[in-house]
Amino acid sequence: QKHHKKVEILDAKTKDKLCFLDKVGKVLPSFSLHWYPARQSIRLDPKGKSLKDEDVLQHLPVGTTATFYFRDLGAQISWVTVFLTEYAGPLLIYLMFYFRVPFIYAPKYDFTTSKHWVVHLACMCHSFHYVKRLLETLFVHRFSHGTMPLRNIFKNCTYYWGFAAWMAYYINHPLYTPPIYGEQQIRLALTVFLFCQIGNFSIHIALRNLRPPGSKTRKIPYPTKNPFTWIFLLVSCPNYTYELGSWLGFTLMTQCLPVAFFTLVGFIQMTVWAKGKHRSYLKEFRDYPTLRSPILPFIL
Amino acid sequence: MTNPRRQLCWRSVFVTFAVCTGTMASGEEDRTVEEKETNNKKRTKGAIATAWLTFYNIAMTAGWLVLAVVMVRYYLQKGTHKGLYKNIARTLKFSQTFALLEVGHCAIGIVRTSVIVTGVQVCSRIFMVWFITNSIRQIQNEESVILFVVVWTITEITRYSFYTFNLLNHLPYFIKWARYNMFIVMYPLGVIGELLTIHAALPYVRRSGMYSLRLPNKYNVSFDYYYFLIIVMLSYIPLFPQLYFHMLRQRRRVLHGEIVVEKDE
Repeated sequence: QKHHKKVEILDAKTKDKLCFLDKVGKVLPSFSLHWYPARQSIRLDPKGKSLKDEDVLQHLPVGTTATFYFRDLGAQISWVTVFLTEYAGPLLIYLMFYFRVPFIYAPKYDFTTSKHWVVHLACMCHSFHYVKRLLETLFVHRFSHGTMPLRNIFKNCTYYWGFAAWMAYYINHPLYTPPIYGEQQIRLALTVFLFCQIGNFSIHIALRNLRPPGSKTRKIPYPTKNPFTWIFLLVSCPNYTYELGSWLGFTLMTQCLPVAFFTLVGFIQMTVWAKGKHRSYLKEFRDYPTLRSPILPFIL
Repeated sequence: MTNPRRQLCWRSVFVTFAVCTGTMASGEEDRTVEEKETNNKKRTKGAIATAWLTFYNIAMTAGWLVLAVVMVRYYLQKGTHKGLYKNIARTLKFSQTFALLEVGHCAIGIVRTSVIVTGVQVCSRIFMVWFITNSIRQIQNEESVILFVVVWTITEITRYSFYTFNLLNHLPYFIKWARYNMFIVMYPLGVIGELLTIHAALPYVRRSGMYSLRLPNKYNVSFDYYYFLIIVMLSYIPLFPQLYFHMLRQRRRVLHGEIVVEKDE
């Protein structure tokens, strides 16, 4: 004897009845009222959290007639698309300034290159960084959510593209002043930068390996054989730690105030994210290691 | 900019105060010593906050009143606004800079307004006073300066006396009326005064190259105060309507809400 549930779906704001399903089996079908699935938020409580795709009707705390609330999340765009756009921008914009495309600097400098070797090095580092990010987006990252609200792409692109243009303008400027401590400073900066790039990549790989393909399970990340992952002993989100390190290295290498500013703003944002992630780890796992800090060992 | 701001919820301070005294009166026997101590602390904190805020608002009302008096006297004596700025400069700078404390009030929570909103308001005022009128002498006798100073004076006296009376729990209707109606005219006038002043300052800024940093320098950055000022002027376009309509909505809520209550009686 099968138990068939009835399902009604109400609008979360107006409480209008949108849909009534008389006989439903185990799984709640994703209905579309000219809103594609990624936009739909179905929840048990109008102000509560969304149900996940994997949730099964039978296992939800509902009676014989299940009442769900529907909320339109607005136009959505996939994470992959956003990442690719926001990273391709800085890559190309920086190169435009590096090659001194017309209308940026005085006409006599068009298509010339800087006489300082650190400027060429900086261009390689900056481009490497964003190429790495693009490749990671395509081949390494496993995203929990498929989509995000459409307005995010405008916000994110303004941030990344705007800062890239601001930095690139000064680094590739004909009147650029190379670092005070010369080769020593640049060498140290490059070491820090490369170390952190490798570190950041190692963390991304480690996080990817935590999660089998197609799954959305969550596990505590631990240090692996790779020494760059040993930082997991002290930090919850070492990818952000290494990212901060990379940009500190780049700041030191270019000795450019806009770069320092970009590093600072990025650090603030990443700290907010790291603290959030750290908190959700603590909430989800009873046995979460107590020695770990969100982003900076022992400090933050 | 001139000051549209959400109604500060002094009531929350009072409520904390009242709730604590209320609970103390009714259920004393049931409370543990610890709870009594926490309630005591809350009471004292609420009382200190109220006392400080009352003092602060009275002081600010007085400060801006002094400014008003000085301006009126000067005009009656001299018949012109030329040279007026020099007389009021110190009081103006003092009063407006003191308003920085309001950001602190929001930050520690004794005033229930967003820190960011207050911060932006106060910063824009400080910017006008210190980085425009104070540092660019040539524009100090412009009519636009007098315009916005007069507007600010009227607005601030109304605002601070509104808060003071609210804290003392005796709010005359005309003060409430003034606070929620004068801005309709004051705010646009103030914006005009500020914009005209900045516009008048532009040629002097360009000529002197003040507050600007040119390449090459070891920080590899440049800053042009002239273009910065142009951007500031342009930013009034999106920001002014938002703040203005926010105040209009506030007004409708506060004044309209009252009408509904009266009907029920």
